[in-house]
Amino acid sequence: MIKTLLATAAAVSFGAAAASAQTVGFSQIGSESGWRAAETTLTRQQAEERGIDLKFSDAQQRQENQISAMRSFIAQGVDAILLAPVVATGWDSVLEEAQEAEIPVVLLDRQVDSSEDLYLTAVGSDLVHEGEVAGQWLVDNVGDEECRVVELQGTTGSSPAIKRKQGFENAIEGSDNIEIVRSQTGDFTRTGGKEVMESFLQAEDGGGNICALFAHNDDMAIGAIQAMKEAGVNPGEDVKVVSIDGVPDIFRAMADGDANATVELTPNMAGPAFDALNAYWEDGTTPPKFIQTESRLYTQEDDPEAEYEARKDLGY
Amino acid sequence: MPRVIQRVLPQLLTLAALMALVSVFFPDFLEITYSDGRLVGPVIDILKRGAPVALLAIGMTLVIATRGIDLSVGATMAICGACSAWAISAGYGLAGALGFAMLAGLAAGLWNGALVAVFGIQPIVATLILMTAGRGVAQLITEGRILTFNHEGLAFFGSGDILGVPMPTLIWVLLGVLVALLVRRTALGLLIEAIGINRRASTLAGINSRVLLIAVYMASGFCAAWAGIVATADIRGADANNSGLWLELDAILAVVIGGNSLLGGRFSIAASLLGAMIIQTIDTGILLAGFPSEFNLVIKAALVLVILVLQSPNLAPRFARIARRRRGTPAAGKLTTREAGE
Repeated sequence: MIKTLLATAAAVSFGAAAASAQTVGFSQIGSESGWRAAETTLTRQQAEERGIDLKFSDAQQRQENQISAMRSFIAQGVDAILLAPVVATGWDSVLEEAQEAEIPVVLLDRQVDSSEDLYLTAVGSDLVHEGEVAGQWLVDNVGDEECRVVELQGTTGSSPAIKRKQGFENAIEGSDNIEIVRSQTGDFTRTGGKEVMESFLQAEDGGGNICALFAHNDDMAIGAIQAMKEAGVNPGEDVKVVSIDGVPDIFRAMADGDANATVELTPNMAGPAFDALNAYWEDGTTPPKFIQTESRLYTQEDDPEAEYEARKDLGY
Repeated sequence: MPRVIQRVLPQLLTLAALMALVSVFFPDFLEITYSDGRLVGPVIDILKRGAPVALLAIGMTLVIATRGIDLSVGATMAICGACSAWAISAGYGLAGALGFAMLAGLAAGLWNGALVAVFGIQPIVATLILMTAGRGVAQLITEGRILTFNHEGLAFFGSGDILGVPMPTLIWVLLGVLVALLVRRTALGLLIEAIGINRRASTLAGINSRVLLIAVYMASGFCAAWAGIVATADIRGADANNSGLWLELDAILAVVIGGNSLLGGRFSIAASLLGAMIIQTIDTGILLAGFPSEFNLVIKAALVLVILVLQSPNLAPRFARIARRRRGTPAAGKLTTREAGE
């Protein structure tokens, strides 16, 4: 029974592939954060630009919803499936079903523990690399001066916190003039960033001993900027501020001269995914198993005001 | 010694001991300077940062005194913060922002109070509903993003100061004094305690326990509203995902460190507020001491454990006896019973 169904689905999918408009199913985790909402918005935009018919399914943070959405995509005979997996395990059987139906699956943003043969490719960012880009910016900007850095970590034990910290440390390793003097968790929140920065300022002579701040995400940097302003320290000048994510508000802060640099974690994972799929549909080109998105560095020179305007309606 | 001081003496001693401990790791801890028209120093930071938990603890003390518990205050904070940020962006002005936030807090309290007092649902279950759903409501208001605003008037409630004292500190001290006066200068406090000790008996004695219970939960919602306003004004934005997250537990802990029984009955708002400051001293102390962040929660847990063990009803009288014997004063049975009653 299932086999017939799958065979029909495969037949339908071939039929659809022959037609001009491709159909792609997208199983999104849910709307856990502003970044996720922006990813959904951008995926829709990218699909529209390429004339792809996108079928969207919101899993509300539940794997069983994602699996049933994928089964329904397979039954509908879509040309490809985009999957942002909520957890890493338990995908084998549904990925096998997609493979039997000859529907390529592209993973967005997160990875799965299944065999690499079961999906076409994964698009994502390298968290260690993000930390390295941030660290490299600082190395390039302080020159030979003595620089005491304070670090706002993400939630203790979370993989972005561990990997971004590691990347930053890799980048400053060769520079003996740069030293992380205080490092504490701000739990990825604005309140956390502000509270911890206040204690850093108290502990480091009202901020006079601090040369730069590295925050594992923009929200903590925004909180820390407020703490510095209230303490009479001039963020962006007295203390250099570099953070990661590229949310709209950090571009506003950069436009105001309060933040210096941010490394973007692009929510446009769908763009590279559709490019890879197009090549695959046209002549069967198999993409590499991991497509790393660009971790682009933005500074005050990159017209932050325009970047803010471009991002503010993406749903962050 | 005045009775109030005697009641909060253990909390004062704990706070003093903690401050001494933090000073060992961070020698400038007690230093307060006056710069740019505001007081600056770690102690001031504690008085300011402890505001949300202190505010929540005021309402929580009343609720716990009725033998109830309010788990929804963290979520209520998020809702009220979202309301104030939404109102200010929608152009309702400062009065509108504060008004909407307070109304939302009172409404949340009315919901909890009705579930507990009218439908007879156990408080822990009744308030769990709003604890779970409330954050979703807040996210609906903010549309899932951090709703930021640029309004100096509202921001003043988070980062402004009057005569050098931070505004959040003034708010919790003022609200604490007002509520304490209200319950202690009238019979209200006595009636609340009566409900906590035996609701049925107090109803039979003529107390309108239903109305009073609802009022107590509304007071808790009102306090949560102010905590939400302070938290939102502080970062100039309403963060529905994180505002007040897990703070209900800190508020309950503050009440417990304040020596109030979770079984209801006698309560002291001053002691709960000191409890909130004790928790904040631990938090800020850990940050100042500069330990790796992996140790934060372990250190906090260990200190809380020590404090609660020292205050435990089984051990505290024993410590007191040992202390008296050392001093050579004869053990006065009367004094012991009086202490136990306090």
